[in-house]
Formats: sequence, C-alpha cells, structure tokens
Amino acid sequence: MTKRTKTSAHELTAAPELKRRIASVLRLARLAGADEAEVQIDETIDALTRFANNAVHQNVAEKGLTISVRTVVDGRTSRVTTNRLDEDSLRAAVESSLQLAASQPKIAGLLPVPGPQRYRKVNRVSRETAEVTPEDRARAVRKASDLAIRNGQVAAGIFSTGQSQLALGNSRGLFAAYRNTHAEFSITMQDEGAASWAKANACNVRDFDPQGLAVRASEKARMARQPQELAPGKHTVILEPAAVLDLVGFLFYDFSATAVEDQRSCLTGRLGKPLFGNNISISDDAYHPLQMGAPFDGEGLPRQQVALVREGVPRNLVYSRSSARKAGKKPTGHGFALPNEYGEAPMNLVFGGGKSSVEEMVASTDRGLLVTRVWYIREVDPYEKVMTGMTRDGLFLVENGKVVSSVRNFRFNQSLIDLLRNVVALGPPRRTTAEEAFEMVVPAMKVTGFHFTEPTKF
Amino acid sequence: MWNLTAEALDVAKLRGATFADVRLMHMRQRDLTTKNGQVGTLAQSESIGIGVRVLANGAWGFASTDQLTRQGVAACTAQAVSIAKASALAKRGDVEMVPEEAYVDSWQAPLVKDPFEIPLESQLELLLKADAAMRAVKGVTLTETDMQFRRIDTWYASSIGSRIHQRKVISGCGVAATSFQGTEIQKRSYPNSFGGQYALAGYELVESLDLLRHAPRVAEESVALHSAAQCPEKTGTLLLDGSQLGLQIHESVGHPIELDRVLGQEANFAGTSFLTLDQLNKLTYGSEIVNVVADARLAHGPGLGSFAYDDEGVPAQCTDIIKDGQFRGYLSNRETAKLIGLSRSSGTMRTESWNRLPIIRMTNISLKPGRGTPEELIASTDDGIWMETNRSWSIDDRRYQFQFSTEIAWEIKGGKKVRMLKNPSYGGITTEFWNSCDAICGAEYWTLWGTPNCGKGQPMQTMGTGHGAAPARFRNVRMGMATSGQ
Repeated sequence: MTKRTKTSAHELTAAPELKRRIASVLRLARLAGADEAEVQIDETIDALTRFANNAVHQNVAEKGLTISVRTVVDGRTSRVTTNRLDEDSLRAAVESSLQLAASQPKIAGLLPVPGPQRYRKVNRVSRETAEVTPEDRARAVRKASDLAIRNGQVAAGIFSTGQSQLALGNSRGLFAAYRNTHAEFSITMQDEGAASWAKANACNVRDFDPQGLAVRASEKARMARQPQELAPGKHTVILEPAAVLDLVGFLFYDFSATAVEDQRSCLTGRLGKPLFGNNISISDDAYHPLQMGAPFDGEGLPRQQVALVREGVPRNLVYSRSSARKAGKKPTGHGFALPNEYGEAPMNLVFGGGKSSVEEMVASTDRGLLVTRVWYIREVDPYEKVMTGMTRDGLFLVENGKVVSSVRNFRFNQSLIDLLRNVVALGPPRRTTAEEAFEMVVPAMKVTGFHFTEPTKF
Repeated sequence: MWNLTAEALDVAKLRGATFADVRLMHMRQRDLTTKNGQVGTLAQSESIGIGVRVLANGAWGFASTDQLTRQGVAACTAQAVSIAKASALAKRGDVEMVPEEAYVDSWQAPLVKDPFEIPLESQLELLLKADAAMRAVKGVTLTETDMQFRRIDTWYASSIGSRIHQRKVISGCGVAATSFQGTEIQKRSYPNSFGGQYALAGYELVESLDLLRHAPRVAEESVALHSAAQCPEKTGTLLLDGSQLGLQIHESVGHPIELDRVLGQEANFAGTSFLTLDQLNKLTYGSEIVNVVADARLAHGPGLGSFAYDDEGVPAQCTDIIKDGQFRGYLSNRETAKLIGLSRSSGTMRTESWNRLPIIRMTNISLKPGRGTPEELIASTDDGIWMETNRSWSIDDRRYQFQFSTEIAWEIKGGKKVRMLKNPSYGGITTEFWNSCDAICGAEYWTLWGTPNCGKGQPMQTMGTGHGAAPARFRNVRMGMATSGQ
C-alpha cells in the first residue's frame, strides 16, 4: 500500500480525550439530577470503493462520532444520542434523557449501573489498514476489472477499509474502550448471464488477497455458464462456508436468555436435550483469533466464552445482567445497550469443524449440489426454524465425485434444526463473511436431504 | 446552513470538480416500544452533518463529515474531490448526466399534529393500554407495541444553482401478539407486521389507526391460529389483503425497475433485474387491469416515498411503470437516464442520511385501484385462499422467483370465508403472477402502505418506500409450499 502522510482527519480520537468527554457528560448528568448515568461514544472513519461494469462507480468516505447518554432517575431510564458535541447540545441531550425517563412508569427490576470491570486485551488494529488510500483501493479494483476484461467477464464489487472505536463509562467509575480496523473485498464476476462471487473480511487488509478473490470468482463464473434445470426435491449439498454462514446465522438470537423467556426462541423447551447431530458444537468467543468485536457488552460487562452447543445438545444461553438475575444465573457479558426489549445475543459465534476440504466433500459425493452462497433468507417457521431463500452465484451439480455442470438456482425451504442433524462432513472453521448474517467462524458442510422446492429462470 | 453548502460548492470548484451537490441534513428520531406490559425502548437521537458529492476527472467522489465548520466542510469537500480523482484511476468512461433545471425552493410535508409536541406520557399510555389489551387474551405469550417518529430537514445545494430546503415528518406505529403452544409460534400484527404502518404524517396517523380497537382481535387470532387447519399445498386462487400486496409490489415490481440494478450497478449485492432494456415497452408484465405508477408527488398521498424534490434536486414526478399490463418505465437518476437515452431523470435519487450517497430508490410504487369491495371479491370466488399480513418474504437476485408467507389466511368456498388457515405461503414467477391478476378492489379500499425498512446499497442504506394497494385476486398460484415436506 502507498505510504502517505496521515492527517488528524484520519485519526480516531485518542483514549484520554474519550475519557475526558465521557467524564464531562457524566458531570452534566449529575448536575442535572440523574441518580446514575452511562455514556457511550461511537466513532467511525470508513471508506468504500464500489465498482460495477469493470469501473469504479461509487466511492465514498465518512467520519462521525456520536455520544449517547443513558440516565437513570427514580427507577426509570432512557437514552438520548447525538452527534452535536458542544456543551449546550450535550446538556440538552442529558435533559432530554431525564425528561424521557421521567415520563414512564417505574421499571420493575431495573439494576444499578455496574461498577468497574477488568477486561481481557484484544489487539484488532492494523496501521496498514488505517492507512489505505482511495488510490490503493482504485488500483486493486482496476487490477480485478482488468482480469474480468481479459476473461470476457464483467466485475462488480466493493473494497472497503476503515477504523472504529467504542468507549463506555458510567457514574460508578466503569470505563471500557475498544478499537479495531477493518477491511473487506467482495467481487461478483458475470459471464454470459451466469455469475459467481468471492468475499473476504479481516482486521488487517493484508490478511486477504483481492486479486486472488477475483481469480476465484472469475473461474467459478466461467464454470457457472449454461446452467441446466434440475428437478426440485431433497438433495445432498456441499455448502461452502459463506452458504453455511448465511443459514446458521439466523440461529444466533435463539441463544438469548430473553428470547427463551419470551418463548420466541427455537430453544424454548429444548435446552439440555439432543437437538442437532453429535458433530455440531457451537460456542460464543469474542477472543477467538478469527473474531472481531469489543470484549465487553452494552453495559460494560466483560464478554465470557460460552459453550452454547456441545455435541448436538444446546447447553447454555447468553445472559445480560437483567436476564441473568431473572434466571438465577451469572451474566455472560452479552447484553445490548439499555434500554431495550431484546436483552442479549451471542455476537461472536464459532462453530466446531472437521477436517474435510470442500474438494474432499465433492470427491466423496455420488450425486449432490455444490452451493457457493445463498440469498434473501427469511424465517418461515420460527420454532422449527424453517428458512426460505435462494441459491446464488454458482450452483453446481456433483456426480461421481466431480463437479459436472452448472445448475439453475433453486429456492429452498429448509429447517435449520434438520440441517444441523444431517451434517455428514465438516471442513475446518474459518472466518466467513457473506451478505445476510454478521461475520462468524464457520466450516463448510456436507448435508443430506436439503430441501429445494422450486427452480428459478437462471 | 446555506453558508456551509456554499462553502462546499466553492471548494469543490476550486479543487477542479465539474459538478457538485451537497446535502446538509438534520435528523431527529424518537423510538418507543413496550413488551409484556413494560416499556422496552425509550430513546431519542439526533444527527446532523453534511455529505458532498463531486464529479472530477469524469468520476464520482463522495465524503461526509459531522464537522459543521467552514474548515470541516472545506476539508470534507477536498476529500471528496481527491476520492473522485482516485475513482478516475479505474474508470472506463466519463460520467454524463441528463440536464436538469436549477430550483430554489422550500417545502414542508403537511402534518396536523407534530408527534414531537405530543406528551410522551400519552404516547406511552396508548402503547401500554394496547399491550394490556393483548395480554388480557388467554394463550398470548408475548406482546409488543411500538411507535417511531422522525423529523428530517435537508438543505440541498448544487453547482447548477439549486438551493432546496425540505422538511419531512414520518410517523409509524403497530402492535403484535405472539402465542407459543406445543411446538408452534403464531403471531398476529396490526396494522401491519414488522412495526406497523408508516406514513409521511404526524401523530394523526397514530390516532387514525385505533390500536386499542384492534389489539384484542390480533391477540385472539394469534391464539386461534394454533387450532386452525394447515394451509394446504395446492395451485389455486389467491386473494391478498392490501398490506401483503404492497410488499408484493415492492419486491416484484419496485426493485426490478430500479435502473441501477438493470445496468449492473448493484450486481455484487442487491442483484440485477430480469427487466433488461430490451423489455421496455415490449414485455406484458401483467394482465390488462394491472396499472402501476411510481409517484413521488404529494398528490399521490402521504407515502414514505413522497417528497417535493429527490436528493439530486429533481422534482417529484409520476411515472407509468405498468400501463394496462404493459411494461412502460424504470426508476432513474440523471446518470442512468443518460445511459439509456432518456431526456430526463425520473427523480428517484434518495439518501438515508448525510453520510450516505444518494442512490436510486423506490418512491411510492403503487398499484392503481380497480372496482368493487373486498366482500364482492370474496363473494365472486368459488374456491380460494385469502392471505393477510406478511410473515416472510424472499425473492431471487433478478426478481423472478418469489415466495411469501403471511401470518393468517382464510379458506374461501362458494363465495364465503369458511375457516381460518395457519402457516400460509404462496410463490411463483413475477410476470406469471401479475398476468394472473383478475380483480382489484376499488379506491375506497386502497391504502398507501409504508415500508420503512428497505435495504440497498454498499454501505447499506435503509429507506422508507410507499406502496398503494387494494385487495386483489390472482389465479393459478402455487400455495402452501413453504412448510410442506419438512
């Protein structure tokens, strides 16, 4: 990447300044009569270069900082967020928060803000990512687009880089801060009406190779040409990690203790009983080397590692302070910022895996379908966790251990519970990014009996 | 505000931009929710900043900042120009746009009652009463209500001389009851799912929806669904209520007519469209009674897609999309209009916020009403299924194959609703579906539904769109497939 002189416009606010700002708003809250207060600062410096038809067509940058204050008065609480940072505006935000809080009935079971906590250190900042320039991104896009042109294809995608930070402090002296850099490259190659796709995302822009992703998408787009229509029905599928992610990603909120208490989780009445295949284990681990995200939750509690599913049996949920108290458990550090009605959720899911590569899964399959990614996934049945959606950007027929042709995309209606009962091979887990779910660490999976219901026209 | 937009335009010109436009936006929002009789979310937010879009070296650049000082705006503009010059390193031609007039105007969406002036206590009281009315029904296991209000001021200025201020107030509210029994979760919502009804209106919208009257009904229906028959898997006659039809229009007409999708600009994320340029004025999109317009004018109604000018300074327009069943028009901006040889943008550039680039968006994409009442529609149906209130929606990335499920359905036999059905779903191919439409109810039953959560673009932007629809009937539709064979 090009060396350039950094300017303050591209630097996140330094930690001492964040602390000073938080202390200042806490002081305003105290002076305004709040019993307790909590202040959160979010700051983002992001840039995204977007390309289509083998050229950059959108290219954007943003910089912003917001301050959010939650006040507590007489057992009531509310939150006000602003990006106007002068003292008068912050005082007005505090006063609005107090007025909002006072307008409601007392909240049963509202807990006092937590005191200071200790956090495990995570390092998710890379200087080279923060220093990527628009020219760097444009050159990478040009290279990928030139490849498309050489191959008679059309490229579209994004290359984004940025940095963000989050700081949280409260009137009992808690202070937590986290920052990370992030980079993402996604590319779709279109070839004679067919298309394929590849995407990666990391803290460090050097952890992926945009041109390598372009080559992969280009080769698969070539393979995807002239798809044949196949009869719908139950098929063995080999789901690449992106396809796995966008399906199992819909399970995350089911592990919320509040969702179970509200009886809207598919785990209601199913904890401690075998539900998935015994080759399925899932944990939530904010400290996993392939994960990103703050080591603390919306109230500043340290995130714990939680074994959610062990050998097919859902064992544990995640808890905010409030849901933990109701359930007689310890909070796990997964609460959302208060006030909210959703409680908590695991945001750093890590699936256990196996040793089979996608190639080995293909080689071991007499007849099945290789799925690159899925699209527009929506929940049809929340308890049986039936999801509908489409395949997209490369669906291939596997026969006698080989990819033999491209197949027209299918709609599926598939229970995630059944899917995780029917996994016959797992790949090594890897950090995966797609378009429906947030990033997780998931493996490729070979699954029997995947339910395709209708083909589309391409 | 105008001095800051002028600063941006001056700096853009000095730095070599051949075109620039600037949006300074001030957005305020209030969110109230309840769950199971307690206040859930109670929050307000405010965001103000400026976004600068420039053309330099024949390519686009955009930068945004919350530093609303002359220096902050100048630095942001310089960054936008520098980004445009970087874009030019990977361009294949120069951006061109169709011409547009300059406008100097100020416009405010009409409202009767400013929701931010209504006491919060009375807003919460209404939600808590509705919540209690639902909880009073035995078998209900989860109750939720919500209200949201937004006020958006935009100061738009461009290098062609436009200077437009617009103020919009958006209101929305809804209630939902969920019942869990055995192995089944059933939910009913009013007036629509996923947050209720939204409009470009004040608190009068909330008052008109009469949440308290409908709350017990949806609660009772959520429980009754457990003992209802399963929606059968069959091909037959489908009747849709207006809210579900609104979403059907959104997904299978609104998105495929976006010209950026058609031209491949969204290929990596939102997808492309089956409505390739050769289809314009040739494709029979629907039956002869199907007439769809894209109408951003206030005269169309207080929709989430109503405005005076789009975020590119183009006045609101009404464009025929489907006329007497024939495909007639796209949603365009100044750049894509030029690319396909149109003389003018259809005025559909919209942005979520000051820190987002305007992109082509639906305005109010509405199916014109037909004639008759819902009762007459049912009475003239010998064998069919009436489906109501969306539960899930999904469509492929070219907008051919779709599947929807709804919260509730009723079987119709001999012109009468005979029994409730649970877990209804239907699906098909877009043009086959619209060609099977044989009846649309009249204007009295037409509602301009608000869809507040349409996602598009990278970085993702959420936008509100409007969809006018009256209940309608479709023949030979595949139904009940979503939950069969599980």
